[in-house]
Amino acid sequence: MSEEQTSRNFRANSAASIADSSLRAAMKNATDTFGTRRTAAFGAIPDLEALRDKASEVRMQVLDYLPQYLEKFTANATSAGAMVHRAHDAQSAKELIGSILKERGVKMAAKGKSMVSEEIGLNAHLEAAGIEVVETDLGEYIIQLEGETPSHIIVPAIHKNRQQVGRLFADRLGVPYSEDPQVLTKIARKVMREKFLAADAGISGANFAIAESGSLVLFTNEGNGRMVTSVPKLHIAILSVEKLLPSLADLPTFIRLLPRSATGQAITSYVSLITGTRKPGEATGAEELHIVLLDNGRSEILAGECREMLKCIRCGACMNVCPVYRTVGGHAYGWTYPGPMGMVLTTLLTGMEKSYPLVDASTLCGACVDVCPVRIPLVDLILKLRGRRISEGFSSSREKLGMRFFGAAVKNPVIFYWLERVSRLFWPVIQKLSGKNVAGRLPEPSSKPFHRRMP
Amino acid sequence: MRVQLFGTCMVDSFYPEVGDATVRLLEHFGVEVVFPPGQTCCGQPAFNAGYRNEARGAAEHFLSIFTGNDPIVTPSGSCAAMVKHHYPELLKDDAKLAETSRSAAGRVYEMSQFLVQVLRAHEKVFTGSGKLTYHSSCHLTRILGVREEPLLLISALQGAEFVPMPDAMRCCGFGGMFMAKLPEISCALADEKAESIMATGADTVTGCDSACLMTIADGLQRRGSGIKVKHLVQLLAEGL
Repeated sequence: MSEEQTSRNFRANSAASIADSSLRAAMKNATDTFGTRRTAAFGAIPDLEALRDKASEVRMQVLDYLPQYLEKFTANATSAGAMVHRAHDAQSAKELIGSILKERGVKMAAKGKSMVSEEIGLNAHLEAAGIEVVETDLGEYIIQLEGETPSHIIVPAIHKNRQQVGRLFADRLGVPYSEDPQVLTKIARKVMREKFLAADAGISGANFAIAESGSLVLFTNEGNGRMVTSVPKLHIAILSVEKLLPSLADLPTFIRLLPRSATGQAITSYVSLITGTRKPGEATGAEELHIVLLDNGRSEILAGECREMLKCIRCGACMNVCPVYRTVGGHAYGWTYPGPMGMVLTTLLTGMEKSYPLVDASTLCGACVDVCPVRIPLVDLILKLRGRRISEGFSSSREKLGMRFFGAAVKNPVIFYWLERVSRLFWPVIQKLSGKNVAGRLPEPSSKPFHRRMP
Repeated sequence: MRVQLFGTCMVDSFYPEVGDATVRLLEHFGVEVVFPPGQTCCGQPAFNAGYRNEARGAAEHFLSIFTGNDPIVTPSGSCAAMVKHHYPELLKDDAKLAETSRSAAGRVYEMSQFLVQVLRAHEKVFTGSGKLTYHSSCHLTRILGVREEPLLLISALQGAEFVPMPDAMRCCGFGGMFMAKLPEISCALADEKAESIMATGADTVTGCDSACLMTIADGLQRRGSGIKVKHLVQLLAEGL
């Protein structure tokens, strides 16, 4: 991520998004499509609720015994030929990856989609070190050309329509303008193929890592993930520590849940399992594999009251159904992860000071909780974070004063009814003070409130 | 049968006619309505903003007013959900209050829930008219699990035609303090909801939460729509 975090400007960011009609149309169109496809995909699964229970249980088990699973994964991946590294924070992860590439004289790295690499700002670091990084996921490639960051964790260029992509390709690649997705995909494929063959290294993320076998699991649709992890001789995979699953036997549960939740597919085009390096007699696979396990604040989250957030498997279903996300898009959230999971994770990972306005970005409607495949209690976590904002001193003194008043009045009917009467008398003033978009939207208080109509 | 009526602060200040309709309906079905004096607000504004102490104060006050064993009935899914699901959690550390809150949680009903589950009002006939659509409020549906009851009551309105709203369960944009803190987003959501309503061709939109209906009325008004907004209890009381 090359840009500064702007989560504190959430309100201004979202007002700008709301004024952008092509962004709004693209968001509505895409989120509606994913929502409909998700519903249709789960229609065929009769035991969905039991499946979600199971997935939640497995993820919780991983979190409860994370150090043991990490140790087991490290031992098994190492014996399969991988080098496993632990990175405490973003800086050490970037330096580690940079030095691996530098030491081997890598000039260009082909990269598969990885939100963790966005979180730590890997591309900017490598480019500053003179290493060219080419994003090979189509959506990531589009935003890389545009110099943007992802606005969705699964669909990075969700905010763009095909006309915008057509103009971008014509501008940057010197190809004739087209808005036909097939033509555009073909253009990208041609560019990328050359890059894959020329790249000295592949960098990827991983959806899961299996403790029992030391394997990495990648769900991809475009085939680029498989190219990145198997064509170059050197492969570096970066993932956050909580992405583990205990054993291969747990994988089918997530194969059934993740693609359906994310894109509404019964399964992605590719599900790749990578266990160690290329063995004698094998035709593909990296000869050197480094796995970077990133903490970057996860251990702290794990020890706190919001640990269930780490169950997240990054499907993006919560954002597709979130009324706020659908309306403002991902960039408004001002950091790597948007939507309901993003507002919680961003606050936990970057701290309240950098992100406190984000915890307001929910109507508490609960649509996210309805769809979360691993049953993260997102609304409860948002409420916890709202409480934490107060205790950490990031709520406005006006709000605190207002709430103190409310707290006193709600316990005392005399004051409560008196305040009702005063606000009725001064209603025009209140409307003016709060702005037309707040009290201006409320009707005028009744001249005879209900309690005075009752015996 | 006797019930305790929790009017809610929204109804008290802004929509007393919803309270009147609630009383008329309950009395029509032979229910004695007691309005415990001194009732205020369920505490959601504080609870939803993270002010648990203030919300706890509201909960304790509520429980000191709504005593006894009669059912508590309220024309708001959101306030019923607060009492039913959040009070016991808020007060769990005090053994006595926890017990009292569990008792209140066990006897609180949102009005459509009470009408259908206890009074079986959907088996009666009400007079209705025109084309109706229905907004399914978030807390009513997702926290209380009240999905079918309002629809059963709507289908008891003889003479009215029901047209389902696209994405009826999508939030209207109210969200309590949300509407004050992020008014641009709140208005955008209300506008989208208004468009879904207008697409149905209905002449009246109904629901079970005054705060959502207020937000919807505002969205419709901004779009210059003449679609009427009425709480379900009003439609039913008019159709007696």
